[in-house]
Amino acid sequence: MTQRKLIYLPLVLLPIWVAFYWFLQPGVDSLVDRVLVLPAGSTWTEALRFFLFETPKVLLLLILVVFGVGVVRTYFAPERTRMILGHRSLLAGNTLASMLGIVTPFCSCSAVPFFIGFVEAGVPLGVTFSFLIAAPMINEVAVVLLFGLFGWKTALIYVVTGLTIAIVSGYIIGRLRLERYVQPWVYEVNYATGTVEAPLSWSERIQSGMSAVVEIVGKVWPYLLAGIAVGAGIHGWVPQDFMAGIMGKSSWWSVPLAVAMGIPLYSNAAGIIPIVQVLLEKGASLGTVLAFMMAVIGLSLPETIILRKVLRLPLIFTFVGVVAVGIMIVGYVFNWLF
Amino acid sequence: MNIKILGSSCANCKTMYARVEEALRDLAIGATLEKVEDIQRIISYGIMATPGLVIDEKVISQGRVQTVSKLKEILLESNNAHSG
Repeated sequence: MTQRKLIYLPLVLLPIWVAFYWFLQPGVDSLVDRVLVLPAGSTWTEALRFFLFETPKVLLLLILVVFGVGVVRTYFAPERTRMILGHRSLLAGNTLASMLGIVTPFCSCSAVPFFIGFVEAGVPLGVTFSFLIAAPMINEVAVVLLFGLFGWKTALIYVVTGLTIAIVSGYIIGRLRLERYVQPWVYEVNYATGTVEAPLSWSERIQSGMSAVVEIVGKVWPYLLAGIAVGAGIHGWVPQDFMAGIMGKSSWWSVPLAVAMGIPLYSNAAGIIPIVQVLLEKGASLGTVLAFMMAVIGLSLPETIILRKVLRLPLIFTFVGVVAVGIMIVGYVFNWLF
Repeated sequence: MNIKILGSSCANCKTMYARVEEALRDLAIGATLEKVEDIQRIISYGIMATPGLVIDEKVISQGRVQTVSKLKEILLESNNAHSG
């Protein structure tokens, strides 16, 4: 296929996607009830129905969103994000940085070059942190999985609270004036500027979206299957309120415990979903589970260790402390609300 | 031609390195391929997102794992510029 034709590919694939999504429920129903003729209403039948319906549904959503985000990200090269954020005032800068954190391509292994690039371009420290907090925590995979498995409200809550934590934590770090705890070599490094890439053509953007799908969906699907299998299979075996004693809302210490357990654990958003599924199913409360998930994805030990190269310990502890407290507040608020 | 892959041991950087290797092998272009993992050296090229692709000290791309076919295109172009 020539490069030019690539532009029309989404136009062809999108109706196929919609048709698939539309006929999924009746398709699965007739497969289970008419082709396999399984006894309706039995635990096994319903578990199978759930699995056969949820797996393609979430996969379809994931493919669409990852493709979309992959295309959108081609407009937000790191250089551009940095230019937008240079010399911004606090709060407005924090808000902008947190939102750009979602759309700028980022992997936690490039946290250090990002940090230095931002500081060199005059992005305030607090604004830089807002970016570094939002970028890993709010990502498209987490949002799609939450949406597909727990509904749009849970997904929205996750995005809004994640953004709030990133904005407020970055603001607080900015106000504390901790610039002296940045390793001195960061300010002395000879940072070349002006590596602006040539603008991409449409077919290159679409190419980029497609390789995002291949890469991300290719990596995530085993976790996804595990999560849905757990959701389908768990009903009968473990008592419903198994986790309620430890992670239910009655125990005040469940939220700090969830955050403390989450920080050393490091996983991608997909890997955490099966665990979230089990916890919620077995009586853990939403706030506690949300706090656990945010701590695992947003605060990771490896990233903190990497940041040690550019930050001195007091700043690292402040960063982890402020974000952890933010996550705990979110956990408590949700346990109290729901 | 000198090619550098910038990035300290992340999954994407390893993939990128393997793909450049593959593209070079397919094209049968002679070039030195180098991994740059030292953070200060990475930063001296002015990139933020890894993996970075540097050919003859010029930053070609950053933060993106290119496909093998795209890499071949880039490599051929640079190779022509190099010899011509």
